[in-house]
Amino acid sequence: MKIKINNKEFDCKKGEVILDVALRNGIKIPAVCRHSDLEPQNSCRLCLIEIKGKGIYTSCSTKVENGMEVTTESAEIKRLRRVNLELLFAQHIEQCNECNWSYKCRLLKLAKNYNIKITKFNDRKKGFPTHQFGPSIIFDSSKCIDCKNCIAMCQKQGVGFLEIKQKDGFFCTVSNKEKECVYCGQCITHCPSGAFEEVSSIKEVENVLKKGNVIFQFAPAIRSSIGEEFGLPYGSITTGKLVTALKKLGAKKVFDVSFSADITTIEEGKELIERLSKNKNLPMFTSCCPSWVRYVEVYRPELIKHLTSVRSPHIILGGLIKMSEDNPIVVSIMPCTSKKYEVTREELMIDGVKPVDYVLTTREIGRMIRKNKIDFDQLEESELDYPWGEPTGAGVIYGASGGVMESALRTVYQKMTGKRLKDINLKAVRGLKGVKEAEIEIGKRKVKVAIINGLGNIEGFDYKKYDYIEVMACPGGCIGGGGQPIPINNEIRKKRAESLYNIDKKKKIRQAHENPFVEKAYKEYLNNKKIIHKICHTTYGNNKNK
Amino acid sequence: MDILEKLKASELKGRGGGAFSTALKWELVKKAKGKNKYVICNASEGEPNVFKDKYILDNYLPDVINGINLAVDFIKAKDAYIYLNKNYNLKGSVGKCIVFKKTSGYIGGEETAAVEAIEGKRAEPRIKPPFLTEVGLFNCPTLMNNVETFYYVSKIDKGEYNKTRFYSINGDVSNEGVYELPIDMPIFDILKQTGNYPDFDFFAQVGGGASGEIMLPQELKVPAFGAGSITIYNKKTTDIYALMEKWAEFFHTGNCDKCTPCREGAFRIYEMIKNRDINYEVLDDIFFNLKKSSFCALGRSIPLPFESLIKKVK
Repeated sequence: MKIKINNKEFDCKKGEVILDVALRNGIKIPAVCRHSDLEPQNSCRLCLIEIKGKGIYTSCSTKVENGMEVTTESAEIKRLRRVNLELLFAQHIEQCNECNWSYKCRLLKLAKNYNIKITKFNDRKKGFPTHQFGPSIIFDSSKCIDCKNCIAMCQKQGVGFLEIKQKDGFFCTVSNKEKECVYCGQCITHCPSGAFEEVSSIKEVENVLKKGNVIFQFAPAIRSSIGEEFGLPYGSITTGKLVTALKKLGAKKVFDVSFSADITTIEEGKELIERLSKNKNLPMFTSCCPSWVRYVEVYRPELIKHLTSVRSPHIILGGLIKMSEDNPIVVSIMPCTSKKYEVTREELMIDGVKPVDYVLTTREIGRMIRKNKIDFDQLEESELDYPWGEPTGAGVIYGASGGVMESALRTVYQKMTGKRLKDINLKAVRGLKGVKEAEIEIGKRKVKVAIINGLGNIEGFDYKKYDYIEVMACPGGCIGGGGQPIPINNEIRKKRAESLYNIDKKKKIRQAHENPFVEKAYKEYLNNKKIIHKICHTTYGNNKNK
Repeated sequence: MDILEKLKASELKGRGGGAFSTALKWELVKKAKGKNKYVICNASEGEPNVFKDKYILDNYLPDVINGINLAVDFIKAKDAYIYLNKNYNLKGSVGKCIVFKKTSGYIGGEETAAVEAIEGKRAEPRIKPPFLTEVGLFNCPTLMNNVETFYYVSKIDKGEYNKTRFYSINGDVSNEGVYELPIDMPIFDILKQTGNYPDFDFFAQVGGGASGEIMLPQELKVPAFGAGSITIYNKKTTDIYALMEKWAEFFHTGNCDKCTPCREGAFRIYEMIKNRDINYEVLDDIFFNLKKSSFCALGRSIPLPFESLIKKVK
């Protein structure tokens, strides 16, 4: 099929929308509310184009027809876009300095390109309230441009916490008082106007940094996404630069959570083997994702007994740091808004001490580095600190959907059969498909596994057919987390994940149980059942209303 | 002659305001493929000064139901719904029809928004195509007609259709009410015949009490259109700003807020008129965007009453 855009012919496929054909061919059309993860909202009315013989249409929702002739720029289109932009700004209170979009803001760029006065109308949302959802998310309704992407995404996540309500002549985005937010933060990464953001811990971290005993630990998924905060290409791996930047900010030490991911794998592997041998509480579900855990506790309590008791990697490493360092303050850098909630869970305390003191998202640490005028791209690379240095490939892939599963299977296979997996690249569990499944023969047992990413995919999923299931709330896993840089889409998720798999491919050590630092940890710290239980395991079910 | 042939011969057009050929719509749904099919009678009548559907329901319910049943038989529908204005009550049997009370505002009368509402969702218009005739209620081909349309389907089937329609007449008139008169009768004649032609200087709003066009006495040699309402305003005693404020408030509070020009534009129109501080350049910009870039037909129709009033009366 062919269509003409601005008198040039382009190939396209049936079912495609005009906007996608244009963007693919480098023709710019402004589209603010369009998000490729969602059905077109048709809300902002900026992606207008003219179809010859038919009139003005929105390119985000109009499908191509053979022979169609499209114009993307004209005096009329310009006027329409200008006025709609003015109207959008009339409802959006600008707080650009503190905004997640900051220099990436598409609205501000358009205002400049179309030369509009953003203050033409008085701000109708002046004084609109700010809502906080738990320790994780803030919704400033005075910045909202009513595109409803957040609601659509919240529904897609199977939560439906956000909804529309009529108030003073307008339909507004509000939270449903009967429901609970699971803090996944997908509303943040799908909001085009910065109305949603994380509850910031920057001030607190800046304060403790002055004391000199701050230890940073960063999640596996950060290394391939933090570069975006400084304009680097998607998927850039910047582990060494990140370590340098954190040191410049005043970190005493910097650790990689990929290391403790290997401990999670080993503990979770043990538990799986035990459950398989007893055929008890199968399938076993992963529990690294606090949004998933919260979802289970609030909406699916019948699944609690299926959750592994193993703590998430940064909580385990936090515990180890608290055991091994002198009076440390532990700050986790996470791709996640839910981790801010996770660290408030009381049952994770070890003898009254929190394993992790503060959580910063990828975006927050990006902002701190920019604020300190550190030229990230020009930084030298630094090594991770010992004793928990150099990660294994298994630990790094935890950041992508299927990574926990792949790491666990590599180790469980070895433990159950005494042999190494023939091909440790378990391609079936990788990728962005919302539900993936695989069957692997381990000795005499066929182990059936499934991987779910995107919380909404758990609804109606027949989990009973499986032995082991990984669930990550965010599409793509942690690389697509609610704390990650914006924008996000499947192309970006793919690049971030690919980079993690490339690291894994090049590593000499690619299996958790072969990690010498893990061996050291078990020898020196986790050397009896009681301590292992304290540092590495937890309980669920007491946090419904937090 | 089967019902479709009869409808074709009658040249009946939809009486909800869209004036789409009834026979063609029935044929489209008949031909459409789907697991189930549905019939919906749109009885949401949500515009000010339009009350003819209520009159028909109050006086001729059996005929309306008969029209719906003919449609159910013709397209072999699973169910038929009556999508009813929340202030209306049906006095009499509706047979197997399911009555669904509309809870939303003006926008809830838009056909795709009505389908969303019946499905239990928020009344918000869908993107077209696909049209309801292909993908309607519960994603099945759906035949939606207005109350008056179904009434006349019944009349046509019985051979009692004389090319008439129902007119809601009100405002500064002596004989307010609903009148059944020929479809092609000029508005002037309708007013004369019903004893409503004013003996003072006036203007009329035709086709809907909010979205209808403003017409001057010398323009009334044409038949009425839209939902068939005629509202008379005494030119001397009518405060046109108060009138515009009423429309503006109706659109601002009754729309669905889905798209920028309608959500923000209707609000700014209301704001300017309420404050009696109208910037005509800004108003013109908003009208332009409403007409050209609104998501649905209701948004696109908002400027008409204001523009015709400002042009002809102000």
